[in-house]
Amino acid sequence: MTMPFYVAPEQMMKDRADYARKGIARGRSLVACTTADGIVLCAENPSRLLRKISEIYDRIAFAGVGKYNEFDQLRIAGIRHADLKGYSFSREDVEARSLANNYAQILGNVFTHEMKPMEVEILVTEIGADPSGDQLFHILYDGTLVDETGFSVLGGDAEVVGERMREAWSEGCTAQEGVVAAVGALAGENSLDAGDLEVALLERTGPRRRFRRLSDDTVTEFLAG
Amino acid sequence: MAAGKVHAVNQSHFPPEDDPGPDFAALVRQAGLWPDTPTSLSGAEVPHGTTCVAVRHSDGVVMAGDRRATSGNFISHRSIEKVFPADQHSGVAIAGAAGPALELVRLFQLQLEHYEKVEGSPVSLEGKANQLSQMVRSHLPAAMSGMAVVPLFAGFDTARGLGRLFQYDITGGRYEEHDYASAGSGSLHAGTVIKLGWSPDLSVDEAIDLTLRSLLEAADEDSATGGPDMLRRIFPVVANIGEAGFERVADDDLEQRFVALFEQLAATRGAERDNFVEGTNS
Repeated sequence: MTMPFYVAPEQMMKDRADYARKGIARGRSLVACTTADGIVLCAENPSRLLRKISEIYDRIAFAGVGKYNEFDQLRIAGIRHADLKGYSFSREDVEARSLANNYAQILGNVFTHEMKPMEVEILVTEIGADPSGDQLFHILYDGTLVDETGFSVLGGDAEVVGERMREAWSEGCTAQEGVVAAVGALAGENSLDAGDLEVALLERTGPRRRFRRLSDDTVTEFLAG
Repeated sequence: MAAGKVHAVNQSHFPPEDDPGPDFAALVRQAGLWPDTPTSLSGAEVPHGTTCVAVRHSDGVVMAGDRRATSGNFISHRSIEKVFPADQHSGVAIAGAAGPALELVRLFQLQLEHYEKVEGSPVSLEGKANQLSQMVRSHLPAAMSGMAVVPLFAGFDTARGLGRLFQYDITGGRYEEHDYASAGSGSLHAGTVIKLGWSPDLSVDEAIDLTLRSLLEAADEDSATGGPDMLRRIFPVVANIGEAGFERVADDDLEQRFVALFEQLAATRGAERDNFVEGTNS
């Protein structure tokens, strides 16, 4: 008869966290920041077809870093949740907060109960009537839910990128300034052009659906100033 | 229907064999939120919406619908809307039992938006027309008890750069029409007016005027179709769908068009009426 080795719970959690962190660190970072014109979401993503940023609902966007298939599964689950809730209640009842809580539950459950934790970090963000109403929910691989203000950085180099972002971003900047700040923070000493980036904007005003992807031309224009 | 049932995100994870993919209707069914099909009601008791038309012009399609809903010989609603955007580049108009029809439109709109978000690209115009066909067909049991829903679907085919329109029957039969389409109790009269006034090079303006004229004549002959209500300022819902997408025509614009139309009709019919009155007196 084989007996499993005793592993201290602390050790088990630490191993799992290390595993997830390593997986996330392999990918590239992503930055989101609030601006006067809306919430800018900017990811380093050389692929034109596999997206890290996407629309969830009228005023809600989703961004993920880490293992693509895992955060894409979460993205689709979020769209389903939001559309069903909007269908059975009303469109205005769909909120980023409850969605973020739900995501935190899933990631927390997977972290403790499944064979392997999800190697993802995700962001759920909702645009408000003015910048003070903007919501940025950053959810970690173990279900830790952080409500951030101003800007949020996801991914392996979060600390370094976050430091650069703190210097580059200022409250009340325009969307163009937000994109420049985010790209600068992601690039550091290197340089990034539109082809290496995936940029989207959750617009503050406009029709019902506020999510808009920025084309390469627009991004190039923004970066040129 | 499980009213108010909250669906958690973790219930949206499905094993591959049960995964509804980008199909919102299938998701609603799996979540137990699919509305029961009413089959024992007599159709005459529920409000019915009536006439709607769609006309193709050189830059797209114009859709229009009157504002009346009737239950038997009562007017149950004066300002119901029967023309809706389906998504950015298409619209849907409905005739038939108002309740199921509005539910059908809501589900259809969500179906298209859901697909677009999950897949990252919109459904083709052909695909949208087929989706609507399946939804009408699944409504057949209710249609058999007098609650038929007959939609019109029109859109701008961005891939081909032209307007297209589709007509349906209660079994979900889908018929692409070339020039114009009409549905509902006043559709015979409205359709005839359009048929006589249609030409392949209609402009947007002419197409809008033609739909207004068709609804006016339908209201003149069919009691279930509402005419323009100048007193309450209730006008048909008219929308143009072109390259720029679905755009509803403003009420002020429609009011001016109706005033112009009445003046034109009065000029041709006024003299006739005077002669008629004199004739009876002599």
